[in-house]
Amino acid sequence: MLQQLKDAITSRLPELDLVLGWEMGFDPFHATPLYIREAADVERLVVGPWAVHNLATYLPGLKGKKVGIVVKGCDSRSVIQLANEGLIRREDVTVFGLCCDGVVSHRKLREKLPADLGFVEEAQWQADVLRARVAGQEVSVRLSDVLADKCIACCYPNALGADVLVGSERTASPQPVACQESFEALSSAEKQAFWQETMARCIRCYACRNACPMCVCRDHCIATSRDPLWLGQENSPAENFMFQMIHVMHLAGRCTECGECERACPVDIPLLLLRRHMNRVTQDLFAYEAGTTVGQTPPLLTFQVEEAGINERGW
Amino acid sequence: MERFLPAAQLTALADDLAGSCHVLAPVAHAGSVVFRWYRPGMRLEFSRMASTSPKAATFPQTEPLLVAQRHEEHKQPVIEATLPPQARTVVLGCRPCGARGKEIFGPVFLGVAHDPYFARRREDALFISLVCTRPETTCFCSSVGGGPADPTGSDVLLIPVQGGFVARSVTEAGAAFLQHALFEDVGARGAEADAVVTQAQAAMPPSHDFSSAPAKLLARFDDKEFWEQQSAKCISCGACTYMCPTCYCFNITDDDLGLISRRIRTWDNCMSYTFTLEASGHNPRPTKAHRLKNRVSHKFSYYPSIHNGVIACCGCGRCIKHCPAGVDIRAIVHAAQEYAQ
Ligand code: SF4
Ligand code: SF4
Ligand code: SF4
Ligand code: SF4
Ligand code: SF4
Repeated sequence: MLQQLKDAITSRLPELDLVLGWEMGFDPFHATPLYIREAADVERLVVGPWAVHNLATYLPGLKGKKVGIVVKGCDSRSVIQLANEGLIRREDVTVFGLCCDGVVSHRKLREKLPADLGFVEEAQWQADVLRARVAGQEVSVRLSDVLADKCIACCYPNALGADVLVGSERTASPQPVACQESFEALSSAEKQAFWQETMARCIRCYACRNACPMCVCRDHCIATSRDPLWLGQENSPAENFMFQMIHVMHLAGRCTECGECERACPVDIPLLLLRRHMNRVTQDLFAYEAGTTVGQTPPLLTFQVEEAGINERGW
Repeated sequence: MERFLPAAQLTALADDLAGSCHVLAPVAHAGSVVFRWYRPGMRLEFSRMASTSPKAATFPQTEPLLVAQRHEEHKQPVIEATLPPQARTVVLGCRPCGARGKEIFGPVFLGVAHDPYFARRREDALFISLVCTRPETTCFCSSVGGGPADPTGSDVLLIPVQGGFVARSVTEAGAAFLQHALFEDVGARGAEADAVVTQAQAAMPPSHDFSSAPAKLLARFDDKEFWEQQSAKCISCGACTYMCPTCYCFNITDDDLGLISRRIRTWDNCMSYTFTLEASGHNPRPTKAHRLKNRVSHKFSYYPSIHNGVIACCGCGRCIKHCPAGVDIRAIVHAAQEYAQ
């Protein structure tokens, strides 16, 4: 798959300003976004379980350029959604789609290791088994045991709406996400207590916001605007949770469930619990799933006097 | 002064301290480790470096500066300064880099300007650091003037040995702390502790020489292309600055709640657009390239050039380890140092 992708990128590169992909980062457990500007850069490209980042996040900031982008299935939904909302010009983007086998959750991986991720000395994938040496100990971990939750629930492993699709297509076999089920089973009071405790460790860093491909206010976000001052700057569970509620509401019907918000959070706050819940609500009410159909407008960007899914007259 | 703390007594020590002072300690919660105000029942986690830094002990993320209370509408409010009351704070189990962090920015708050809030917290805080036995891939303390057993900024160093910790005092306050009943006679463990320290220092990767960084970064000041390339994958979130033990920038806002207003100081972050947004609407640092240039250059160039060569980075590597995009500040400074015109 990697060679096929490299060939496809090399042949399209002359007509593009740059191509977004991944390369290995500061240690053997981390890939990092790669900007391919010339043919030699293609050699550094990697794909696979470390390619966690949703590169669509960079697209709105590259307006006016001819950009190629490598996407997994989930990432491809963000590209479609951005184009559907007019936030990028689809004709300026060349989508190199992957048929994806899933990515790791670094949080889950950490639990399988004898010491923290930072003590890695060597790591290598052999098919779907990771063999690594961490703090002097040999470990082997199966990808299926450290797969990101979004991959367990994945309905679209093969990139949608791609200009070039590489790899062999996979059949989706989505499974329910255990933590979501147990969260939904909590009473409202228990949910509130859970967020009180969890939001106490939020540092209001906004990594969740900036990693999100659909958060496009960025520099002009309501959370940091000073005039007017919409949201208190205090770092308290109440203000922190308020910020999350704003994020969730602004993403209602737009969130492509790529999980970047949760992955980016440096203190492992399970933000997808809120996003998945809201996505279910928009699916139930509007039969709409963000980023899955080219050309579709999200429900909150349209207005109908009476929504088909909302019973307003039936008492 | 040198004493011994059995590993089994660590929680008892934290529990006991929590009864008489504020204890800031790394606590495990749902898969993450962060510094929290410790309460008995929380789970201390010493085996992993906390994601957040112990900075809150001397410079909390939110600090009320004053409270204005209006007893009647349209009447002058009564304004009260809210200097924190004198109260001892013990930071238990930070790493040497974290303890050193506050020493680096101390001169900013206690120099030409005297910040009473920082001064009081600094005076009241005792730092009990845990010596590291093995560096992580992101650790580079020894390249920026520190080390895995560096005493700078610590009152006591805890050195992990068989069955517990050898506790060595660095300051007088630290020696007094070691009088606590849970510490035992150190016996013959001193030699074992020395060996751990020597081994820890030897385990660090070779130091990088940053001495040319101030001039080299300054030379790149106007190089838009260099900074655009270096910042390309940055998403300008600011997670790096919020986790940094040495970042000290703050914002002051008024929290208005009807008849009561609080003027609060909160951590600010140079990676944010609003950081330099001027009242006129003009912003001298409109792009992430401008902002990353400032963050890196402030730490490795502007700060050392006015503070006797001290680099405003303690090498803890949190900004690298937790950056959602994998931006590596070491690599950026190296790139500037190696840049050939
Ligand atoms: S959610 Fe699906 S497409 Fe996305 S990384 Fe996981 S398996 Fe791949
Ligand atoms: S809210 Fe989270 S899951 Fe949804 S699109 Fe944004 S980053 Fe992805
Ligand atoms: S990324 Fe995590 S810590 Fe940062 S603001 Fe979001 S929830 Fe809070
Ligand atoms: S360097 Fe990383 S953590 Fe810092 S602002 Fe950029 S993306 Fe965020
Ligand atoms: S940088 Fe790493 S090795 Fe050095 S003091 Fe900090 S945690 Fe320890």
